[in-house]
Amino acid sequence: MAIAKKAVVWGLFAAGGTLTSFVFPALIALFLLIATGNVPEGLQFDQIRTFAVSWLGKACLFIVLFLSVWHAAHRLRVVAHDFGIRKDALVANAVYTIAAIGSVLAAFYLLMIG
Amino acid sequence: MSTQTRQMELEVMRYDPEKDDAPWFQTYSVPCMEDWVILDAINYVKDNLDTTLAYRWSCHMMVCGSCGMMVNGEPSLTCKTFIRELPDKVRIEPLENFPIERDLVVVLDDVMQKLHQVQPYIIRKDDPPAEDKEYIQSRGALAKFKQLTMCINCMCCYAACPQYALNKDFIGPAALALAHRYNRDNRDQGKSDRLDILADHDGVWDCSFVGACSEVCPKHVDPAAAIQQMKVDGAVEFWKQKMGIPGDKS
Repeated sequence: MAIAKKAVVWGLFAAGGTLTSFVFPALIALFLLIATGNVPEGLQFDQIRTFAVSWLGKACLFIVLFLSVWHAAHRLRVVAHDFGIRKDALVANAVYTIAAIGSVLAAFYLLMIG
Repeated sequence: MSTQTRQMELEVMRYDPEKDDAPWFQTYSVPCMEDWVILDAINYVKDNLDTTLAYRWSCHMMVCGSCGMMVNGEPSLTCKTFIRELPDKVRIEPLENFPIERDLVVVLDDVMQKLHQVQPYIIRKDDPPAEDKEYIQSRGALAKFKQLTMCINCMCCYAACPQYALNKDFIGPAALALAHRYNRDNRDQGKSDRLDILADHDGVWDCSFVGACSEVCPKHVDPAAAIQQMKVDGAVEFWKQKMGIPGDKS
């Protein structure tokens, strides 16, 4: 039985795609609201910080960030392929390395919030 | 039947590998009836203007799947493409992504081999003699794959597929959709056998979900959705194997 390892990255891509399609539009909308000074009730800095300090909050944020970077990495790999870049192994290594670094940095910075 | 005619210019790609260095276009002026399809216009050329034109067709009713061609750059079943929906000048080419055998006839050996490769038939592990038992199937079980049985192998999806254009090892839409049709059939037990081919490097993963296959499919089979569902199956099965959970034998 030979299931290609692409199953792993596709799984992360699919999970990330499903999640980010719901979460990211909301995050962008909130970012714009907050940037223009219209902070929604319940999303004051202190309240968000309290959420990020808790372990549940850290876990939720990490899942969103982790799946987002892996989704983006795989999407970039596929786009490179569609644009006719034939060095798939090189592209795959590059984008997945960046995603791995992104995941580690996300975990590191989330743990720093305390 | 309408008696009105409309003069149409048919730019038809011609290529005879024994005579021509490269494909070229020949223009025919055809008096078309308003209720004709493109295939009628090509038949008119063959019968009245140029007997040397080579193309495939048989049923003229969207069943045989042999008259797939590029009509103004779109992979189309020419027996389903009405001239009333087209401008006065129409360009007709053989299906993209395939070698040309002659004129509008393409070489389909590659997809024929791929269709065979995915084992598109019911596989039983406990095959009882047919006279002893029939396999019962509920309407609900049939509904799970009925749409996928509509494929007539016209290969318009392969002509539309950007991944097949880039990589001829990719199994491609029609063969993958056909494999999924048997994977979803409750009488079949060959899903794990097919997984070796489907979830391998050149199987479902090469599809980047552009969806062009489903857009051009004249029978509304939706191969793109079938391939995404198989990716989910493949990903789940991968982790099951890693964790030592017995695979899906159904």
